[in-house]
Amino acid sequence: SEMARLLHSEIVIFTVLFALNTDFVCCNTGRRVGDVMDTELSGFSVPLEHSFEVDDVAKFRVRGALVLKAGREHSLSLSQNQLSEEDRVKLKEVAAVDGLYRIRVPRVFLQADRQTERQMEGYLTAFVRACAMVESHLSDVINIHTDVSGYLIGISIVTIPGACRGTEVEDEVDLEIFNTTLSIMAPVNAPGPETALFLERMDLETAKKEKNPQEQKSFFAKYWYLILGGAIFLMVTNSAQPPAGGGREQS
Amino acid sequence: MAKLIVLCLTFIALYINVDAVFEDQVGKFDWRQQYVGKARFSNFDQHVQSSKKVLVATENNVFAALNTRTGELFWRHVDKTGPEGNIDALLHHGQDAMLVVGNGRLLRSWDINVGGLNWEVVLDSGSFQSACLVGQQENTKHVAVLKKTAISLHYLSNGHQKWIENLPESETVDYQAVYSGGNGEVYALGVVPHSHVAIVAYSLDDGEIIKQISVEAPWLSNIQANCVVIGEGMLLCVDSPSVSLYMLDLHVQSQMTQIPLQSLGLEVAPGFHPVLVSTQPNPARQPLSEFFLQLAPEHHLLLQLNDGQIVTLRDFKPVCLFYSATHTSLLNTPQQLKSKILASIINLFSAETGRRLLDTTLIFNMVPNGGKPEKLHVQAFLKKDDSVGYRVMVQTEDHTLTFIQQPGRVMWTREEALADVVTMEMVDLPLTGTQAELEGEFGKKADGLLSMVLKRLSSQLILLQAWIAHLWKLFYDARKPRSQVKNDVTIENLSRDEFNLQKMMVMVTASGKLFGIDSKTGSILWKHYLDNIPSNAAFKLMVQRTTAHFPHPPQCTLLIKDKDTGLATLHVFNPIFGKTSHVTPPTLPQPILQSLLLPVMDQDYAKVLLLVDDQYKVSAFPSTKNVLKQLQEMAPSIFFYLVDSSQGRLSGYRLRTDLSTELIWDVVMPTEVQRIISVKGKRPNEHVHSQGRVMGDRSVLYKYLNPNLLAVVTESTDLHQERSFIGILLIDGVTGRIIHEAVQRKAKGPVHVVHSENWVVYEFWSTKSRRNEFSVIELYEGMELYNSTVFSSLDRPHAPQVLQQSYIFPSAISTMEATLTEKGITSRHLLIGLPSGGILSLPKMFLDPRRPEIVSEQSREENLIPYAPELLIRTEWFINYNQTVSRVRGIHTAPSGLESTCLVVAYGLDIYQTRVYPSKQFDVLKDDYDYMLISSVLFALFFATMISKRLAEVKLLNRAWR
Repeated sequence: SEMARLLHSEIVIFTVLFALNTDFVCCNTGRRVGDVMDTELSGFSVPLEHSFEVDDVAKFRVRGALVLKAGREHSLSLSQNQLSEEDRVKLKEVAAVDGLYRIRVPRVFLQADRQTERQMEGYLTAFVRACAMVESHLSDVINIHTDVSGYLIGISIVTIPGACRGTEVEDEVDLEIFNTTLSIMAPVNAPGPETALFLERMDLETAKKEKNPQEQKSFFAKYWYLILGGAIFLMVTNSAQPPAGGGREQS
Repeated sequence: MAKLIVLCLTFIALYINVDAVFEDQVGKFDWRQQYVGKARFSNFDQHVQSSKKVLVATENNVFAALNTRTGELFWRHVDKTGPEGNIDALLHHGQDAMLVVGNGRLLRSWDINVGGLNWEVVLDSGSFQSACLVGQQENTKHVAVLKKTAISLHYLSNGHQKWIENLPESETVDYQAVYSGGNGEVYALGVVPHSHVAIVAYSLDDGEIIKQISVEAPWLSNIQANCVVIGEGMLLCVDSPSVSLYMLDLHVQSQMTQIPLQSLGLEVAPGFHPVLVSTQPNPARQPLSEFFLQLAPEHHLLLQLNDGQIVTLRDFKPVCLFYSATHTSLLNTPQQLKSKILASIINLFSAETGRRLLDTTLIFNMVPNGGKPEKLHVQAFLKKDDSVGYRVMVQTEDHTLTFIQQPGRVMWTREEALADVVTMEMVDLPLTGTQAELEGEFGKKADGLLSMVLKRLSSQLILLQAWIAHLWKLFYDARKPRSQVKNDVTIENLSRDEFNLQKMMVMVTASGKLFGIDSKTGSILWKHYLDNIPSNAAFKLMVQRTTAHFPHPPQCTLLIKDKDTGLATLHVFNPIFGKTSHVTPPTLPQPILQSLLLPVMDQDYAKVLLLVDDQYKVSAFPSTKNVLKQLQEMAPSIFFYLVDSSQGRLSGYRLRTDLSTELIWDVVMPTEVQRIISVKGKRPNEHVHSQGRVMGDRSVLYKYLNPNLLAVVTESTDLHQERSFIGILLIDGVTGRIIHEAVQRKAKGPVHVVHSENWVVYEFWSTKSRRNEFSVIELYEGMELYNSTVFSSLDRPHAPQVLQQSYIFPSAISTMEATLTEKGITSRHLLIGLPSGGILSLPKMFLDPRRPEIVSEQSREENLIPYAPELLIRTEWFINYNQTVSRVRGIHTAPSGLESTCLVVAYGLDIYQTRVYPSKQFDVLKDDYDYMLISSVLFALFFATMISKRLAEVKLLNRAWR
């Protein structure tokens, strides 16, 4: 949020690249409006809408624009407006009655070539408590999930911190600019049984055994001390019980 | 010496793992009941007078022989499920039984004495139509099988095909029946709907067509439903629009003669389709010339064909069911008492004359809340004095088989509905009367000192009385020989035992019959048949009030939902006695989408059941003022989710104070890519004892214990083995947040999932490696807990760490469940039902994504087993030793009062109940615990101390004097 305030531009862009294997590179480029157009040429943009009403009847309005770019690694950037004076007041009112702050995006198919094929019927919605939104000073984390073939299947929003403690937000500036961390997530590949590694390890172990001369020794060489100990023990027990007659003779 | 040492070591290693039952424990804590399912065909073995077998072929593809004296199974053969093992026909001759299986795929012959297979032949392809035994000159040596396009004849002795012939004009003619009258000819009867009847007669010897006739019959469309062959080869058909019988002599080509029923003075009940029934007692002889005609649901006629004329022998009215056997026919007359059928009377009549035989009346008492009789199977025999005696097996709508002997003594009953258990619950038994009395005393509010004292005195008196009665019973029983003392469990003496190990199993079956079964003995304590259950009903059983709230009776609610219309009804009952509750359930005019049992309780301690209808309106049951008030207060914190698998949509809703709902999240999975196959939450009665796991370096890894977490399993629509996949999504059911999303590539279902604590285990088929694989996902919060006191889905911003590992499993599985204990201290095991009939108890320890590939000091400290890709099935892990459970469909686990013990019920075709001890019986002293030794050691030590103390004192004293 510090960065955002420093820029003090109306539009804050967060771009998050998300690779299939969950290692993601976050680069807060802070590019300006002109750059967005470039990305739009290859990607496409869908509206991110939000709604917060005192009576909890959803009325969605545009919060920003998501620019989605399909590829092996889907990428995503968001340009969003700041909250107006009116909205700030309303958000605080909604928070006071423990209402919900909802967001939604249209269902889209990232892999399609034409715009008409991308759009599908319906929206994906998610919510967070409005008070959490207020108390976190609009710091939210939005995750967009796709399935294997590139359909958007879900969106989620959490605020950091996530709790509602009832702390009053005095400074109006805190509720102006969204501080959004954005990521797009494709399903990870679940691992299969690790047979190769296991066999390798087994091979290594047998190789180690073969190399180790200790293991190659004959049985007597390995356990001579046990056998010796056993033999001594037997001898001792035998000598400890001398024949009765002999014992008397000695004494 | 070397071998000796090695052997000793292996022995020790084995000894540690042995966890099986000892021979003397067999059947002590477990029981198994075997079922066959709803009977489709049944035949008494009558070739020997003394035989006591009845053969049943069932809808569940089971062929079995029952003992007519006891009702127990002599033998049983369980075939494949589904149409592949479907039994199409049962023909019985002498000591052989012929079965046509799998829509005419196989013809099998069984020896009914021992249940062994005589022979099996694979028939030519083609859908099966009919089969009959073919005899000639008092000898039956062949069986004829009619298929859509061909007819074949097989030897009874070895199954070899004698001949096979193509049916003429089989493209147009629909051949439906095969008939043989014992004269060396086999007739195939076909029909061209609304045109003509085609009859082809084949020679028994070489399959040559002797005769081929075609007779005009524009009114006929189905031979099997309308026609029978009677007497000397007369085809008799009934046509309901023209209300007449049609007759045709098969030997002479001619016209069908029409005989209007009116000319016989008969009238058909309006809207009823008349039915003809004939009997052919011996396949080598022609059928009887007497036959039945049913004119109304309760109106039957016994008719006779005499010189081409039809004569009425007897008019039976009102009669529900009849059965025709060799020389006798049997009738069942319901006796109407107070407009409720309480008993049926069964009489035996002579088919030749229509006269009732003397002393053959048998009264069949209907069980209250049972089904109506559906089928009769009669075993008639000649008594020593040449009079006719008989026994009846009555099959009722609720799939019960009742075997009755004259004059109405029930020999045995088999509850075959239990072969199709759909869902079940285990309910604690109530306290005994005295315990309840004491409980009640504390439950009531205090009203004055004196009355309290009096109440206390009275309850103490009752206790004293019970104790004296108990002593008296002990004394009384001690005098009797041990064998006579029986501890029969009845509904009256049911009470909770010390460790709550005995429970009431409430089982819901697909037929709509409910059972209450004692978990200790397996005896059925109550049964209740719900009629008018739709055939495609889905059931959900919920325990609204447990037995813990005396004097309020326990209460279970069964939600019955028609899968097509979505309309639902509620059945509220007492799970201990099976009685329908006085509480009237609400009528539900709208289709129900979802039901949820809230932890919120009414004043009378009944948990609130919320029902969401298709208008997304919520209704509560019970819906008292108190409940509604509580709901209003809690509404913003009540969330629920709906799954629409046809659209791939999961949506979350929140309750509003006016009991309407609002959509708050949705996740949509496009149906063109994948479809949702299962959604699993956690069990609400599950306790997790420890919040984290102690690592090797003594730090704690905290578990992510989200009670609202859902495991959603999807399967790809593309089933090509390279592209098919299984998707696993972990979704928070309150916020709709996708916690984890993974795909298992080159995999397909069926997927079995268990979701518990902080882990999800699933099993699938790997198309790449062609094997079954297990995968386990565990979720951890990390080294720090976000909020240790309470879990809220709304306030857990950080995503958990996800660990996953997969294993190879050497067998397919039928079902899977996790053990459950009272406090969750005991380690968990997975109970896996295998298709082989074994139930495997696999320690969860083996399915742990933290199993290290390279063993380190820390992992050893943590007791982690080094990773091995294959999970082995150890024979000592089978909890049901040799008690095979056929076709396991579900496993139910319930905690007992002992933390170490978990009660397990596996159900499928059979029911098996047992106890498992995942961490051994750490809270129970062993049976052979040596009390003598420990007490003698204690005493010895005590005396030793005393003596040594004394000696020490003396020594001290001596030293002081010195």
